[in-house]
Amino acid sequence: MKSLKQLKSEYIVQNLTAFCPGCGNGIILNCFVRAIDELGIPVDSVLSVAGIGCSAWIPSPHFRGDTLHTTHGRAITFATGAKVFNPELRTVVFTGDGDGAGIGGNHLIHAARRNIDITCILVNNMNYAMTGGQLAPTTMHGLRTSTSPFGNPEQPFDIAKLVAGAGATYVARWTTNHVVELTRSIKEGLQHRGFAFIEVMSQCPTQQRNILGIRATPQELPSRLLDMWAESTYIRGRPERVRYLYAVPSKAPEEAMKAAEQALGPSAKLSLVDHLTLGRVVRVEAEELEPVRDRLSKLGAIDRIADALEGKIELGVFVREERPEYTEVLRAVGRRARGEE
Amino acid sequence: MLKPGRHLVLGNVACAEGALRAGCRLFAGYPITPANEIAEYMSGEMPRAGGYFLQMEDEIASIAAVIGSSWAGAKAMTATSGPGFSLMQENLSYAHMTETPLVVVDVQRSGPSTGQSTDPSQQDIYQAKYGAHGDYEVIALSPWSAQEMFDLTIRAFNLAEEYRTPVYFLADGMIGHIKEELVVPEQVEIIDRKAPSGPACTPFGTDDPSLVPEMPRFGQGYRLQVTGSSHRPNGVRDMSPKVHAGKVERIMKKILQAEPKIRDVAKVDLDDTEVAVVSFGASARPCYGAVKRARDEGVRAGLLRLKTIWPFPEEEVSRLAERVDAFLVVEMNAGKLVKEVQRVACGRVEIASLTRLGGVVPTLQDIHAEVRRLAR
Repeated sequence: MKSLKQLKSEYIVQNLTAFCPGCGNGIILNCFVRAIDELGIPVDSVLSVAGIGCSAWIPSPHFRGDTLHTTHGRAITFATGAKVFNPELRTVVFTGDGDGAGIGGNHLIHAARRNIDITCILVNNMNYAMTGGQLAPTTMHGLRTSTSPFGNPEQPFDIAKLVAGAGATYVARWTTNHVVELTRSIKEGLQHRGFAFIEVMSQCPTQQRNILGIRATPQELPSRLLDMWAESTYIRGRPERVRYLYAVPSKAPEEAMKAAEQALGPSAKLSLVDHLTLGRVVRVEAEELEPVRDRLSKLGAIDRIADALEGKIELGVFVREERPEYTEVLRAVGRRARGEE
Repeated sequence: MLKPGRHLVLGNVACAEGALRAGCRLFAGYPITPANEIAEYMSGEMPRAGGYFLQMEDEIASIAAVIGSSWAGAKAMTATSGPGFSLMQENLSYAHMTETPLVVVDVQRSGPSTGQSTDPSQQDIYQAKYGAHGDYEVIALSPWSAQEMFDLTIRAFNLAEEYRTPVYFLADGMIGHIKEELVVPEQVEIIDRKAPSGPACTPFGTDDPSLVPEMPRFGQGYRLQVTGSSHRPNGVRDMSPKVHAGKVERIMKKILQAEPKIRDVAKVDLDDTEVAVVSFGASARPCYGAVKRARDEGVRAGLLRLKTIWPFPEEEVSRLAERVDAFLVVEMNAGKLVKEVQRVACGRVEIASLTRLGGVVPTLQDIHAEVRRLAR
């Protein structure tokens, strides 16, 4: 496996980056160039197309191939024109949740429907980060953002399911904490003949610290958020290695932690963790969960008990199928029109 | 594609034929009246010609696919009408900033909004020039016959390639739907964009006096950075005042300095004229008849018909202003082109405006009466 340094010198244009400290985009760029490298794809055959927003800066200006940095939400449609005219171009679209599922949502579902041979990497940080942390179509209900000071009145999209429903033939979802799986999915997407969609839940220290109300120093924050993504997700079909549940504090998480320690003693392994939907909670690992549940639910410092998978986001490869690919069909149409077949 | 020779065709079909003849090999569009026949014809003929027809999910996607394909090496176009043209404006601003050659056909219909959705108008001439955000200069052509739907579409592609810019083709519902003779020539002149002359190409800057940079395409190994943000000659983003101003000034100047070459006007009886009618597209047709009738009656009338609307042929209009008594500007809108004539004539002569709203072409009788009034 090549070192980061090697990958950087081969694939990255410049040393400077516009990303905030701790941003997930660098991780995604890393996974992307690693995928390209491991597949041995010549960099000059890769066309990266991006829209507007933080995600757009993953390829442009960082990636050392052809890049097309377009208008907000429209990257897929620019990519469609280029890919149709030159199907030799390994066409990759980088988009975000606002860019791809908000303003560009229509193009996203139509590209999936056409099954055009584009690999689309959608970075979901659950807000409009570049413009200051506004409410996005992926922001969870009730969250406070810079445009929902009283809580988000809307319900979010499940983008991977939306794109799967629209007909994409490869659909996966990972987080920035799942770099091995993400790299593998990008490789699969690049090799897949058809619309390959990869949603990446990503940490955004700059905005998520406010939106999710995570109190941490700037140094701690990125790893806290990365841990949060691990804690708030599960992988489809992969059994959990340990048995656990969550104790949701009624007031201060530290009080709940102390109360749980006193009540359970050494019979359980306890830790304070960040959870996307439950907040800061006590994670309780134990061989037998029922007695633990009984004891914890009697404590005043604990509001309620949540099961291991409650409120978690499913990860994995959700769709992997074969269907006629759009540019190939267009070529067949041409041959038919010219009487060549 | 039609064989060389004489044909009876719809204006919109002549436009599509011209595009194919000019080398257009990708069409992306969305259904809209009165431009539909262009897309329908392209859907059949484009695959036969070895090109690609894409019906996109909206006009935003259509123009975006056209821009993307142009950078992949295609001569590409879209065709629409006023509402669709409005939807395209953001991406057209992008196309100007990235100096992307392409052709947009606007078969104008009567607005605002859905207005009279099937009836002709000439209301989009300012939308073509000022529709999008930012500063830029445009080339816009206007045909008055099925033959010019063919000839000027070819010219639109050649201008787009020569100056590396979007070119607007402002037809209207009447010319799009007129059925007339089209003579397809044996050969047409084709201009192609400047390919990179070496490995050190700067796609967004040049020392050439034309101010038009070379244009590589994706996949050639140039590792292009194409962005709508301000950029240096090599494409790298740079927001500094100097880089931004330099870029915008160059893309405007490359069009304006070429105006004498881009200019295309038809002159009828203008040598000794007292009343000069100025018009374009469908509304120029009755103007022609009105001028001829006035001439038969001894009135020294003439017609200046603009085939190139933008850049506005200031020199032609200014020269006329020196020697005519009056201008009569005839158009199918509330009075748009007349403002350009007023600006250039600058108070030197009387200027009358004959406009028609309601989706109807001005009548020969009305124009004739106005010419006579001005000639008295």
